[in-house]
Amino acid sequence: MNVSAHLPVLQVVVPLFSAPLAVLFRRASVAFLLVTAASWAAFAIAIALWQQTGDGQVISYAIGNWPAPWGIEYRVDRLSAFVLMLLSGMAAIILPYSRASVEREIPSEQRYLFYALFALSLAGLLGITVTGDAFNIFVFLEISSLSSYVLIALGRNRRALTAALQYLVMGTIGATFIVIGIGLLYLVTGTLNLADMASRLGQVNDTRPVLAALSFLTVGISLKLALFPLHQWLPNAYTYAPSAVSAFLAATATKVSVYVLIRFYYTVFGASLVFERLPLPQIMLVLALAAMFAASAIAIYQDGLKKLFAYSSVAQIGYITLGLSFGSLLGLTASLVHLFNHAVTKGALFLLIGGVRAVMGRSRISHLHGLGRVMPVTSFGIVLGGLSLIGVPGTAGFISKWYLVLAAFEQGQWWLALAIVGSSLLAVVYVWRFVEVAYFREPHAEASERREAPLGLLVPAWILVLATLYFGLETSVTVGSAKAAAAMLLGLSP
Amino acid sequence: MTGDALVLLALAVPVIGGVAISLSGRRPNLREAITLTTSGALFLLVAALLPAVLGGTSPEVQLLEPLAGLPIAFRVEPLGMLFALLASGLWIVNSVYSIGYMRGNKEAHQTRFYVCFALALASTIGIAFAANLLTLFLFYEALTLVTYPLVTHHGTDEAKRAGRVYLGVLIGTSVLFFLPAIAYTWHAAGTTEFRPGGILAGHVTPGIITALLALFVFGIGKAAVMPFHRWLPAAMVAPTPVSALLHAVAVVKAGVFAVVKILVYVFGLEVLTGNGDWLVAVAGFTIIAASVVALRANNLKRRLAYSTVSQLSYVVLATAVLAPLSVVGAVFHILAHALGKITLFFAAGAIYTAAHKTEVSQLDGIGRRMPWTMGAFAIGALSMIGLPPAAGFVSKWFILSGAMAEGQWLAVAVIIGSALLSAGYFLPVVHRAFFRAPSAEETAHPHGEAPLAIVIALLLTAAGTVALFFAPGLPLALARQVAGIP
Repeated sequence: MNVSAHLPVLQVVVPLFSAPLAVLFRRASVAFLLVTAASWAAFAIAIALWQQTGDGQVISYAIGNWPAPWGIEYRVDRLSAFVLMLLSGMAAIILPYSRASVEREIPSEQRYLFYALFALSLAGLLGITVTGDAFNIFVFLEISSLSSYVLIALGRNRRALTAALQYLVMGTIGATFIVIGIGLLYLVTGTLNLADMASRLGQVNDTRPVLAALSFLTVGISLKLALFPLHQWLPNAYTYAPSAVSAFLAATATKVSVYVLIRFYYTVFGASLVFERLPLPQIMLVLALAAMFAASAIAIYQDGLKKLFAYSSVAQIGYITLGLSFGSLLGLTASLVHLFNHAVTKGALFLLIGGVRAVMGRSRISHLHGLGRVMPVTSFGIVLGGLSLIGVPGTAGFISKWYLVLAAFEQGQWWLALAIVGSSLLAVVYVWRFVEVAYFREPHAEASERREAPLGLLVPAWILVLATLYFGLETSVTVGSAKAAAAMLLGLSP
Repeated sequence: MTGDALVLLALAVPVIGGVAISLSGRRPNLREAITLTTSGALFLLVAALLPAVLGGTSPEVQLLEPLAGLPIAFRVEPLGMLFALLASGLWIVNSVYSIGYMRGNKEAHQTRFYVCFALALASTIGIAFAANLLTLFLFYEALTLVTYPLVTHHGTDEAKRAGRVYLGVLIGTSVLFFLPAIAYTWHAAGTTEFRPGGILAGHVTPGIITALLALFVFGIGKAAVMPFHRWLPAAMVAPTPVSALLHAVAVVKAGVFAVVKILVYVFGLEVLTGNGDWLVAVAGFTIIAASVVALRANNLKRRLAYSTVSQLSYVVLATAVLAPLSVVGAVFHILAHALGKITLFFAAGAIYTAAHKTEVSQLDGIGRRMPWTMGAFAIGALSMIGLPPAAGFVSKWFILSGAMAEGQWLAVAVIIGSALLSAGYFLPVVHRAFFRAPSAEETAHPHGEAPLAIVIALLLTAAGTVALFFAPGLPLALARQVAGIP
């Protein structure tokens, strides 16, 4: 058997099967090893797939040898390979972190469940990205969502339960909308295979059921990706989840939803329907701007560091949708680059905050006086991550912002370019609230000696911090892949 | 050693020095020795590049290419050469002074101070040698961030407020105006490289030129053109060596340097024809208005800060006149003002260290106790006014010649008027110090000169101010190259 031919299915199967194994062994340490090994294997597979698709090749894999469109097809192109790499890479870094973090936050009898759920969630997210089948997308979406509801509920604070319930309700509404959308598409086209669907939709493009399907899918996916004003579930979910879960969700969950949206818009419905004949870009533009300003403004007034960065995530998702709304090569590139860069940056920040919580017990800004002296390495990392959120040159955030501004100029929209840079000034304000407290306030008397986070937390977090700097200076992976993927989606030769 | 290796070393040496300083924090003598060695090494490295530049070549080197076609690259041309020489040379003197000042006033967090100083110099060299707008922007923002801990050094509420203004204005203007201007330049011209004659010619309409010019000039908040000058007076809460860094060595100089560089190498003087007038008016207004504020300031450092705001706009105004001769004056003034102003700040810091005085009205008769300090102060003041035998005279001479040749009478009037105003706020200080009798309370608490390191440093810069008047050959040669005068 040639393993490399089965990479697309192994991408999902390896983490998926590590979950029941972890449950069978019931021992946290074994579960940890299994799931971490699975995530590293998934990362290796994703890199291999990324290299295979680098020349524009599309890998099609028929599950059980049933050819598409009758069987389920797994389909990896440049876009999905890029997202797969991001997802599995983040998991491969966050899982080693979770060991030291879980020991502090989750009761010992639940730890093996944590790892199993984490593996399920990862498998679900990877499955959404790798599959070429509409109903399969829904199934994997549910796998990843249900497991992440439970992961959030594992949080120490009792409010984690209400946060999880809130996410459950909103997420289920979103999933229902998505399944209605997929059902309508099935009704019209008689197929569930995305590529097949696209070719059949060509004839019945403008009919009412198709438009209804587009609307249902748009609203449903927007709920999952926390597009303003459908973001209410996100801040609480990120805030009360265990630290490793916050980082993983912030880095992956909303990003995959963006992927699904792009997939449906470009591959299934076609850019000309979505971006030329319907007023969708205008609606997205307005919502994106609202997210960029309103969510950043709310972030400024948060005391909890996790909630602050959760609102900042809502704002950053605004940047991603803004890039999408342009419907241009440059805009789509900016969007995809930011999807990646923001995942890395936010992952780094939430991991560092996990370290802060491990040492200080909490992460309210009002309790972090003098953190720069108590935890110098962690604090400096948070500052660097904050600089990337602002978009200071030399960090990954700058690259995304540069492409967004260029895309705005390309559209001839001066004012949008100003809005993009203007909203990043709000990021300066919320990042500097942390800086002033951490570096200008005297530490509280009982916590003034130097106590850095344990290495098990510090090292993975700093790998991501350094990655933020790396992707700010060397962008052949990020911009290169994003450009190629955007060109492919728009049907241009790169 | 080849030119590109020298350029990379010049960037690396202050960073390495910064790391070494942070590692030697427990041993102050070693730490200060490293600071002095690093500054000396940096100056020698920069000076080693001089022959090549004077010979008409530009050593260049490319580091990374984060955005396709937009590399982080360096090229040493005459203007950057002059700025790098100025910054690295003054860093040596400033380090000597810092050691005297920081020890004399028993300041806290001295290691952090020296580390940030070294990193500020690394950023400055990056700005000076930047080969394109993106590289310039990268180091421009880096300079803002690494000087922030210096401005807020004391950590008091006042320092924190100053830090907010400092960051708010500098980051705000750079992100809101400077970055879009760079992005638009790239969008329109397909490059952001600095080239003699500019890169925008033929790519944009005159209306866009005006808009871009405004975005650049106001986006470079470090040039302190009104209304974006507030950060400079606010930042005077910092220790005096930091003020010297801000006002003379690096920060504001990086601002006016960037303005001149962009006007000459991105727009090109010809493209700007017809656009200079409003900029002359804005810069002229800044010069006069800041002088009036300085006239009314009683706090000595505040007076000096507003004098800086006014003097910086000389450079902007001189470039906006768009005459080659006045560009020579502008470039020369970057150097002349740096030497004069650092002398004045050193003197203000010496007075604070020796006598704990900060207000002009307290300075009666202080020249009798601190003759060297106040003598140097007088030379610095002469340079600000633009009188011989100080360097300020030379730059004003060139600016005036250029403005008259172009028939820019508004510029001529502003320069003459502001010379009178600066005489109005500097000469009374000198008069008080030497010709008024000290108050009775004064005679009860005798004090002498400041620590030796401080006095040596300020005498050196004062001597430099005079020397530059008698021997302006080298900087003038570089300035002529910038302006394209053979």
